[in-house]
Amino acid sequence: MSNWILVGSLSDIPAQGTRVVEHGGRRVALFRTAEDEVYALVDRCPHKGGQLSQGMVCGRRVTCPLHNWSIELASGQAVAPDVGQAEGLPVRVEAGAVYLEAA
Amino acid sequence: MALMTPDTRSKLVLVGNGMAGVRALEELLKLAPDLYDITVFGEEPHPNYNRILLSPVLAGEQTVDEIVLNRPDWYAEHGIALHMGKKVVRIDRSRRFVEAEDGTRAGYDRLLIATGSRPFMLPVPGAQLPGVVGFRDIADVGTMLEAAADYQHAVVIGGGLLGLEAANGLMKRGMAVTVVHLGTWLMERQLDEPAARLMQKNLEAKGMKFLLQRQTAELVAGAGGRVAAVRFKDGDSIPADLVVMAAGIRPNTALAESSGLHCERGIVVGDTLQTVTDPRVYALGECANHRGIAYGLVAPLFEQAKVCANHLAELGYGRYTGSLTSTKLKVTGIELFSAGDFMGGEEADTITYADPIAGIYKKLVLKDDRLVGACLYGDTVDGSWYFQLLREGRKLTDLRDHLMFGQDHCGNLGHQGQNRAAAMSDTAEVCGCNGVCKGDIVKAIKSHGLFTVEDVRKFTKASASCGSCTGLVEQILMATVGGDYSATPKEKPMCGCTDHTHLEVRAAIRDQHLTGIPETMAFLEWRTPNGCPTCRPALNYYLISTWPGEAVDDPQSRFINERAHANIQKDGTFSVVPRMWGGITTPAELKKIAVVAEKYAIPTVKVTGGQRIDLLGVKKADLPAIWRDLDMPSGHAYGKAMRTVKTCVGSEWCRFGTQASMEMGIKLEKALYKMWAPHKVKLAVSGCPRNCAEVAIKDVGIIGVDSGWEIYVAGNGGIKTEVAQFLVKVKSPEEVLEYSGAFLQLYREEAIYLERTVHYVARVGLDYVKRKVLEDAAGRRELYERLLFALQIEQDPWLERVNGKQAHEFTPLLAAAGMALV
Repeated sequence: MSNWILVGSLSDIPAQGTRVVEHGGRRVALFRTAEDEVYALVDRCPHKGGQLSQGMVCGRRVTCPLHNWSIELASGQAVAPDVGQAEGLPVRVEAGAVYLEAA
Repeated sequence: MALMTPDTRSKLVLVGNGMAGVRALEELLKLAPDLYDITVFGEEPHPNYNRILLSPVLAGEQTVDEIVLNRPDWYAEHGIALHMGKKVVRIDRSRRFVEAEDGTRAGYDRLLIATGSRPFMLPVPGAQLPGVVGFRDIADVGTMLEAAADYQHAVVIGGGLLGLEAANGLMKRGMAVTVVHLGTWLMERQLDEPAARLMQKNLEAKGMKFLLQRQTAELVAGAGGRVAAVRFKDGDSIPADLVVMAAGIRPNTALAESSGLHCERGIVVGDTLQTVTDPRVYALGECANHRGIAYGLVAPLFEQAKVCANHLAELGYGRYTGSLTSTKLKVTGIELFSAGDFMGGEEADTITYADPIAGIYKKLVLKDDRLVGACLYGDTVDGSWYFQLLREGRKLTDLRDHLMFGQDHCGNLGHQGQNRAAAMSDTAEVCGCNGVCKGDIVKAIKSHGLFTVEDVRKFTKASASCGSCTGLVEQILMATVGGDYSATPKEKPMCGCTDHTHLEVRAAIRDQHLTGIPETMAFLEWRTPNGCPTCRPALNYYLISTWPGEAVDDPQSRFINERAHANIQKDGTFSVVPRMWGGITTPAELKKIAVVAEKYAIPTVKVTGGQRIDLLGVKKADLPAIWRDLDMPSGHAYGKAMRTVKTCVGSEWCRFGTQASMEMGIKLEKALYKMWAPHKVKLAVSGCPRNCAEVAIKDVGIIGVDSGWEIYVAGNGGIKTEVAQFLVKVKSPEEVLEYSGAFLQLYREEAIYLERTVHYVARVGLDYVKRKVLEDAAGRRELYERLLFALQIEQDPWLERVNGKQAHEFTPLLAAAGMALV
């Protein structure tokens, strides 16, 4: 348990929305789905480095604001036919609090 | 519990491993991957291949391997039992199984018959001789290639689409080819006589010979028993080592008939593609007769496949109501296109253009002021546009005088002025946004088996950004897969989440008084839980524009620019454009901007085309503070909204000016400020016809003349330059506001999301706009009042955010929460 870091509460992230957090020296995007699941990806689209945190969350995917690549939140994988991998990070939600693993 | 285990799953059998049947399976697997245990029988010893591309294989332009659409792994991956080279000879409909020639049986709960068609073999003596083939499958191509290696004389019976493609291929393989045709001219089902004569001349120049109005009496055997000559009714004969029968196709219904299914020029099916005899049995493709038509082109087959899959998936919506088809010949160097009723009758008007020296012929057939048919030879650039007009069936009053000259006669930028895909080399760039060359597109179409512009867009990104090269991409698709390409259907669903069109969704929101996105999705039975980036922004716009004050704006359904009220740049910074009414500013405003630019170390300050100042490279977290310091209204430069009103100096200063254009521009901009729209909206006001404010390329452009103001609408200066059209001349500034506002409100209420005014007016017609805005005075005032009502509810978005609205959008979480170990 000791290596999880509290980064905020679930209510800080709007449903179907995103927030950004500086974590281990990197910019990390947190996503909250309509069903209140939370995912974390390094805030960089595998295509041209767009900030995924500025994208639109639909279902369990986010669409990059720069060129509309769609990224699976759970795996970080680009949706076919695009090919690419965004870096995912483990995230936990407990009692309304959101934790990232210490980098 | 109804678990879908292999034991309890329903069984689906497909008879016919071809394009129509397998496409239906692909569509089904997308909708319901686990619903069925699937078994496929195919008579040919090959997996599903692209039959349309047999012509290029024959001509040596592609290999058999290259035209395979679904490799055996695909069947395995989806758990489909595949029986290749097994012809089904019996269907037992009472015990529900099918049986192949070798005794293989498979039981079914639902059965899909897609047995395609067979070439019609003329019932003449000698038709069974060695060296006589149809042109239908890989085996036929093999026979022809063998003959081409050993023999010299080929005769193709039938001068239709298929016959000419076969003749072209055999000629390329080195044979001397004669095409025998019963009719007066070639391809009479696709071309009129002048076009066919031009084509014949071109093909003759390539070395093809033609015998028209000749009836074949007999195929004569030579010494070895192989066909050696074709003899005609008039007694003449010509040498023939190979005879290709291309005199038409017949639906392959033998199996269906023997199992008691009602057949009449095809297996008779209803709008769900179920046979009229047995609802467990479906038929689609060339073997099926839907409302009296057995289609032989791939686009309708794919439309059928979609509906059929939908029904098999037990979703129960979607009906097939028939297709309009168009034709394109896959013979290199021959450009022809035809669609609809291209012959025309007594009721019809025709417009023709003929340039025999250049080898160009065009004919358009109109009835009741609508396009009903087109036949193009030599220059088919506008084929897809005509086809679209034909399917839409819209009135052509406003287009009629330049219809013949096509869509692209002016102003399309970004691909070196190219508008003829055929003339482009493989290395020529088609999509200037994403750097996609013609060769890349052709390769993707062939290797991935693509049939629609949407698929090409997905795979290659060509036309995926600004869309200006869509026409070129469509031409390349047509040229590569022939007339069989799947044209964008007339009634296109909004996105993959629904089968409803934009207009149907708009109507439902209005008629059912829907005011929220979840409510709308539930009412219209959306397939996805919360939509996609295509439908959500559209729904949000439709709701707030239809029910201003009632529907609540959903920031999560807006693109980042409209959520952050600034334009995102490639590095994740933003740009800020404060509003300058009519492009007029003051020393005080300029000072504020200068102070802000220095205080926040803004790297680039640029004057925009809309007569204001853009601050680029702003950090997102700084936005609210910058807006506070600027203390100027939002310029909405980031939104599908009213952007600017560009003005010239007008009679206030200019020695030529006839009207006070700056004052008029400021009035207009203040009246329309905060207006959301289906797309961006730009206006301009010039004080005299010298038109220094460039009003002819604006959504609404005003020209002051000595006696009043002229209003022009639906211009566009972007991707494709479109000159605005004259709407009306009015006397007073008040009238300018009312007429312009009414036009824009009409656009706001009726346009599809992301449709510019130019495309909206092209769709509904300028006459319609005139009826609503000019002729109906009471309606005009109501439109304008509805606009004013919607606008008085809107607040300045920057001021709201300076006061704390949506603060989380601009603040990183770290600063809000801090860090803690647990």
